[in-house]
Amino acid sequence: MAKPITEITWIELEPGCVIVEPGNARKYKTGDWRTVGHPKVDTERCIKCAQCYIFCPDAAIERNEQGYFLPNLYYCKGCGICAHECPVKCIDMVPEGE
Amino acid sequence: MTEIKAFGPKNLPLEELFAPGHRACQGCAEVLALRLALKALGRDTVVANATGCMEIVSTPLPTTSWVVPYIHVGFENAAAVCSGVEAGLKALMRKARLPRKQVHCVAIAGDGGTADIGMQALSGALERGHDMVYICLDNEAYMNTGIQRSSSTPYGAMTTTSPPGRLSFGQSTQKKNVAEIAAAHGIPYVATACPSYPWDLMKKVQKAALVEGPAYVHILSVCPTGWRSQPEESIELGKLAVASRVFPLYEVENGRYRFVPKPPKQVPVVEYLKKQGRFRHLTDSMVEEIQKNVDEQFRRLEAKVRISLEAPQEPQE
Amino acid sequence: MGKRVGMEVSIAVAEAACQADVDVVAAYPITPQTHIVEHLSELVADGHLDAEFVPVESEHSALSVCIGSSAAGARTFTSTSSQGLALMNEVVYIASSLRLPIVMVVSNRSLSAPLSIWNDHSDVMSVRDTGWIQVFAENGQEAYDHVFWAYRVGEDRRVLIPVMLHMDGFILSHMVEALEMVDKELVNKYLPPFEPIHRLHPDKPVTMGAFALPELYTEAKKAQDEALKATWPVLLEGWRQWEALTGREYNPVETHRTQDAEVVLVTMGSMGETACEAADRMRNQGTAVGVMKIRLWRPFPFRQVREVLSKAKVAVVFDRCVSFGGQGGPVASEIRAAMYGEPSRPRVVNFIGGLAGRDVSPQDFQHMVEEALSKMQDRQEDYEIYGVRG
Repeated sequence: MAKPITEITWIELEPGCVIVEPGNARKYKTGDWRTVGHPKVDTERCIKCAQCYIFCPDAAIERNEQGYFLPNLYYCKGCGICAHECPVKCIDMVPEGE
Repeated sequence: MTEIKAFGPKNLPLEELFAPGHRACQGCAEVLALRLALKALGRDTVVANATGCMEIVSTPLPTTSWVVPYIHVGFENAAAVCSGVEAGLKALMRKARLPRKQVHCVAIAGDGGTADIGMQALSGALERGHDMVYICLDNEAYMNTGIQRSSSTPYGAMTTTSPPGRLSFGQSTQKKNVAEIAAAHGIPYVATACPSYPWDLMKKVQKAALVEGPAYVHILSVCPTGWRSQPEESIELGKLAVASRVFPLYEVENGRYRFVPKPPKQVPVVEYLKKQGRFRHLTDSMVEEIQKNVDEQFRRLEAKVRISLEAPQEPQE
Repeated sequence: MGKRVGMEVSIAVAEAACQADVDVVAAYPITPQTHIVEHLSELVADGHLDAEFVPVESEHSALSVCIGSSAAGARTFTSTSSQGLALMNEVVYIASSLRLPIVMVVSNRSLSAPLSIWNDHSDVMSVRDTGWIQVFAENGQEAYDHVFWAYRVGEDRRVLIPVMLHMDGFILSHMVEALEMVDKELVNKYLPPFEPIHRLHPDKPVTMGAFALPELYTEAKKAQDEALKATWPVLLEGWRQWEALTGREYNPVETHRTQDAEVVLVTMGSMGETACEAADRMRNQGTAVGVMKIRLWRPFPFRQVREVLSKAKVAVVFDRCVSFGGQGGPVASEIRAAMYGEPSRPRVVNFIGGLAGRDVSPQDFQHMVEEALSKMQDRQEDYEIYGVRG
């Protein structure tokens, strides 16, 4: 349901409050949680090893057409795991706004 | 599920079966373990989940992060609910009311929902031999309700119900070894895993799903919130847990123990403990005590591996 | 035409579950339910019933397994009593709020302490507010028939609510009674296969059992409340269709000589037959006594109760357990509440008896009626534990 929760009526609920739209949490912008910074990837140095992709708890790193793994700032919570684990240190946590 | 011989960067399963937008903490290695486990299990999976961190962060009505079929019932009964799904699907397929299809029935619960309140249901399900996987995501305390101790909390750790104080030094008991309890049920497959070793974790979860009968996978899940560690160090900390032998990675296949993967070079336990605020209060003598116990437990595990190597092989057909 | 047999009621109930072709049975043994599950496991072992028999390690797990199985779309059966029902209490609430049409036969038994294996309704009252459809059987035939009715109404897409069938432990469960069994053709006419609206299957993934914030929980409970109230047409339809096929009529309340009764005895469960015997005797002696037997406990049959009792002077409600610190008998409490707003209502006199299987005879009912007529109970909340020594 795209409605705000305070507008949902009892009639609209599925029996048993079953949620029929798998993965609809995708609507929720966890990117708003960031305060300190977000990852910035230097694709010049990236070796496409997929470590950042595989270690992101929020699946907020996506592979682009060229095979580089880039952060999705809609979901990124800024935990810094990707920057910390990158074997070639091509990811920096930069302050919000950069 | 199409069996994948080895998971790696070359054959990344790219589909996210656990959608982002979930409410897990920054740097949560438990939700990472869940994400990886689901990649290994694939779409033909039904999950029965206990109350806990994962359940709460993934299912705030009206949204869900689950892309696979999912049911949450209570705190202590993930194994029982999963048994029911397995029995129901089995009966319906046998009676031709559903087309025959391999569907992995997976129970997922935290350490509280497994080692404490969930112990009975787990034991019952393993004993009955359902074709199912039980995954314990172990962040070593009741994190969702505010970091209270569980029987899986390690010795000396600070939690809100085992706080160090004038008369107490933190958790006074040793961590309950649920993997060994599972192995004692004689089930075909038991494994320990950690998301810091993602390809190994995925391989073990796949193996657990493909084995016929009950399988148990115990996954150490670093929790920066409860362990008072840096969120960006969650992967590093998992590697230290394994290297310091606090959490050895191994498999038990039909009673035979094997280190999988090969244990890395040993690191003193203090390297692992010092990165976590929950151990900040430990004295040197306590750290020594912990080191002694870790070494002793590892020796016993090594002995089991040795016995498994020496035991006669199953007759080849 | 059905087959007339002499059969222990527990066995008959198990046979009904078998004829209903249940897919999964998950149960834990407890006196006096054991014969039901024993016979079901025999039927599975001999290949008469194609079902998964899951011998769980506790009642809490029994109902949890049932939830998993029903959520997967399987016709699911369980049975318990007393302590077992109490142990699974949190799961009982969950089964109904997840809208899973499990059928549970409860061989009613008293709750500890002290431990007692014998019959009363204290276990019934522990699940009063859980949102299940609840019916009482008075004899073996009713118990047998209602297993089919329970699946017929519970699994109906307009309902999708679990059903509890209450039958008095030992008094019914272990009694050999004469009853008529139906044949396969009739079952097939009456009971369609279970087709849930949502099921756990990878072809159409859903999430069941999400958590609700305060902003939404109220709406969830309203939906559940309305769903239970909306079951009425289906419950009645289920009975009418059964009557058309078997000739046996069932109603939310059953009445015996209440038309012109001054005193109406109110019972639930097997005591009804004893009360009817007592009413007949008292009629012969000149007292206009009738009996109202509550069959449908939840949803409560307000309209039918009001219809029967509005003309009576006295209602003698016979409760089978104590509600401590309250008005004594829960059924009397509900009758009083049901009649409160009526322009014409009887004086409600409450007796509690037959606790833990203590025998209640027709003479006992006669004494209760005499006492009710002769002694004025001053306060509405008076009740008497009948036959207690001391």
